[in-house]
Amino acid sequence: MATPVLDKVEAESAASPYITVTMRIRRFNPEVSDAVVWEDFQIEIDPKERVLDALHKIKWDVDGTLTFRRSCAHGICGSDAMRINGKNRLACKTLIKDINPEKPITVEAIKGLTVLKDLVVDMEPFFQAYRDVMPFLVTKGNEPTRERLQTAEDRERFDDTTKCILCAACTSSCPVFWNDGQYFGPAAIVNAHRFIFDSRDEAGEQRLEILNDKDGVWRCRTTFNCTDACPRGIEVTKAIQEVKRALITRRF
Amino acid sequence: MSSDTTSATIGPVEGAQYDADNPAPYIEAPRKRTGKTPRATRGNFEMAAWLFMRLSGVVLVVLVLGHLLIQLFLDGGVSKIGFAFVAGRWASPFWQVWDLLMLWLAMLHGANGLRTVINDYAERANTRLWLKGLLYTATVFTILLGTLVIFTFDPNIR
Repeated sequence: MATPVLDKVEAESAASPYITVTMRIRRFNPEVSDAVVWEDFQIEIDPKERVLDALHKIKWDVDGTLTFRRSCAHGICGSDAMRINGKNRLACKTLIKDINPEKPITVEAIKGLTVLKDLVVDMEPFFQAYRDVMPFLVTKGNEPTRERLQTAEDRERFDDTTKCILCAACTSSCPVFWNDGQYFGPAAIVNAHRFIFDSRDEAGEQRLEILNDKDGVWRCRTTFNCTDACPRGIEVTKAIQEVKRALITRRF
Repeated sequence: MSSDTTSATIGPVEGAQYDADNPAPYIEAPRKRTGKTPRATRGNFEMAAWLFMRLSGVVLVVLVLGHLLIQLFLDGGVSKIGFAFVAGRWASPFWQVWDLLMLWLAMLHGANGLRTVINDYAERANTRLWLKGLLYTATVFTILLGTLVIFTFDPNIR
């Protein structure tokens, strides 16, 4: 027995949920021009859908030359970080209704990395910094026959930084990284933090030494752009500060 | 043919026309580690500089606020400042040390701050070199001149 209220809701949802949204996309195609162009696309979309769905709609139905990265499309793989309305976000975790669809929604590639085409950037420098901090378990002595045990408290110590999906939203939102690109960047420091504070790991000293470099943690200006940008909610700036503190307490 | 349709969608562009065989020049990512990239430095200078900024900042809050209070507010305020007032204060070693400390800490604190600003904002290596050269020269000059004045101050100068 349906109540009148339910009937009304059903009638409303039966009406078209679609609205017209302007997607303003920063396009670059080295095979056409060495200049970038802002291009507007008008599409019909349900505001409860995501920016990634809007990009799919454009690529599949309007302009097949639009180029962007995405893999899992559910906020796990970290492929589709982009600058949406001037803020780094994952296109697959940003709903259209949350970013004011009345105005044009700007979408551009993340900053500080070379744009290869449209929204695709060269991630190599980012991963180079990641590799530089040795993001793997380093131990000495005999390997245990079973797993390396760890208390719940020891695991909790670095729990926050295990969430990183390497989407580069933090690093490409960092004004120090934008300048000369030599700074390690928040993502690399977060992943170093994950092992530095792991009780099973024995190369923390080495990693701290790497981050004590002139382009290491001391170039952090604590602007919190990285914490704001992180789609996983990692307290990135806090992690960087913890590495700084570890460096100072280690010396004195 | 296909490049024609793409350029039609993107719109007319000025300058050289590029196509699949002749793409626009690739801009090397600045962070790219090439053979020419300098080796990572191993030293504690950046940590020392970072710590110095925090510690000198705390000391400077006391020194500068005290200085402003004495110079501008207490005992008649700014109107009392003159040669005699300065000569009177510098007769005491306490105020000599106070001013000397304030001079050195403020100059080094400011110079280090500007050094990081130059590092963060000057993009070309040459610009950096010149700006830092200017900064260090000005800092050394001011510190030396100020120190000289504090130590050789003669209240009976005519």
